[in-house]
Amino acid sequence: MIFNEKIECADAKALKTIQSERLINTISYVYKNAPFYQKRFAQHGISPEDIKSIDDITKLPFTIKDDLRDNYPFGLLSKNLRDIQEIHVSSGTTGNPTTVGYSKEDIDLWAEVVARCLCCSGAIPGDMIQVAYGYGLFTGGLGFHYGSLKLGLTIIPCSSGQTKRQLKILQDFKPRILACTPSYSLYMAETAKEMGIDTKKNSWEIGILGAEPWSEAMRKEIENKWAISALDIYGLSEIIGPGVANECQHKSGLHVASDVFYPEVIDPKTNKPADNGTPGELVFTTITKTGMPLIRYRTRDIVTLNHEKCQCGRTSPRISKILGRTDDMIIVRGINVFPSQIEEVLLNTEGTEPHYQLVVTREKGLDELEVLVELNESFFSDEVKNLQNFEKKIAKEIQSVLSVSVKVRLVEPKTIERSEGKAKRVIDKRSL
Amino acid sequence: MKITQVSVFLENKKGRLYDATKALGVADIDIKALTIAENEDFGVLRMIVNKPEQAVKTLKSYGFVANITEIIAVEVPDVPGGLSQILKILIDNDINVEYMYAFVEKNVNQAIVVFRFDNPDKAISSLTKNNIRIVGKKDIQGL
Repeated sequence: MIFNEKIECADAKALKTIQSERLINTISYVYKNAPFYQKRFAQHGISPEDIKSIDDITKLPFTIKDDLRDNYPFGLLSKNLRDIQEIHVSSGTTGNPTTVGYSKEDIDLWAEVVARCLCCSGAIPGDMIQVAYGYGLFTGGLGFHYGSLKLGLTIIPCSSGQTKRQLKILQDFKPRILACTPSYSLYMAETAKEMGIDTKKNSWEIGILGAEPWSEAMRKEIENKWAISALDIYGLSEIIGPGVANECQHKSGLHVASDVFYPEVIDPKTNKPADNGTPGELVFTTITKTGMPLIRYRTRDIVTLNHEKCQCGRTSPRISKILGRTDDMIIVRGINVFPSQIEEVLLNTEGTEPHYQLVVTREKGLDELEVLVELNESFFSDEVKNLQNFEKKIAKEIQSVLSVSVKVRLVEPKTIERSEGKAKRVIDKRSL
Repeated sequence: MKITQVSVFLENKKGRLYDATKALGVADIDIKALTIAENEDFGVLRMIVNKPEQAVKTLKSYGFVANITEIIAVEVPDVPGGLSQILKILIDNDINVEYMYAFVEKNVNQAIVVFRFDNPDKAISSLTKNNIRIVGKKDIQGL
């Protein structure tokens, strides 16, 4: 089922007309209502009249996460605070958190785009959904909630955590859809195993997983463990939360709601549009939001963009799974390293679990990358040399992918911190 | 003729050996012999205990990775040259020792040494042919 066929399957020309009209409106709207953008456009010598079609978007300046932090809490709003209906906050690891204000129209928009994602994943009205994303300041829980209401699903608002209770609800209520982070779905599988639950026999048929990058290999692992079809949903609170893009059953890229969130992919170094199909940083402009529209917001997510029509009938452009983060990316001896690359290797190596952590240190001016890997019981040996050979084998595999030498250290199972939200994969001990 | 050895993976972290031995103590498991092989990151604790299956179960319940291997315990005359006499038999029969360690307790004038061989069955037949006694599971219980 396609939730909004007229838009999601619109031909390229019609879509472009809509996007152009909406961009023009948004630019004059923020110019009028957001002092931040008025000032920013003036600094760049841009006036709303310069924007005549969607193609003019590249003339506009970027917005970055620091702009949100620097203008904490409400400096980017385009509406009076009393006309804001809901506020979400994403935790910052450094400095101020970022806040996002939603107008009434924005909440309706959110419900619409999440409903599209749910349908894209195979949900139909009447299905039961277990929402195991956190409810609260994090956008995951409520975003799914609004979209599910809009589509007409039966919602179990579990939120994240209380894993044993989640599993009891799964067994007793028999929901068809699971929505949570991919790492939490694996965490639940571990807990289920400890409780003696057969994870292959359960009512979930569809998992809508997101809020953190995950690899194809991790998809296979989740699909195997839970016997479900695992689909990737993409979103970020600054833009709306979940609902920005979602995979369809063909699993060949995530369909972007480009009639409302216009995507661009740029080379993060030159800030110029990346060549078609080349990985680059994903940039979004919200072209219908009214509470806190953002112009050319840099997501720091590395993706590729595909404009071809999909087998499912949707014409919306598709982003690839997240290939990395411009900020999660670590540079070790001058080489870009994304944790997802290491995850891919581990998932393809027999005897390891996808629970890992990267520790970067600098000794005598030289970067050292250590990969902590949890030992799988079946690969334990009473002979140290076998375990050492196993470490070497993993290190060799990683080296062949990264072209940078690493040291692998086996650690006891379940000693790497599990997270119900986003997993912390990198510990950078270098004082740069 | 083989006896059961329990092996435990220990991360090189403060207190892990203590945690493992404490868990066994609480479960009333008696350690008859032990050795640790280690590198800079981790160690492997190997033990002969009175109740190996229960020991593994206990350790796993405490979150350790542990397993069981079959091992050979040999009576070695507790006199100068006793061990070398055994090793000579092994060399003559082209059998390699992966690792070995000795029991704390012993039978009167015999020491008991635990061996991991590359070819355990051949080792047993070579040693018994030369009148070296292999210690069985029941003998271990009696120690």
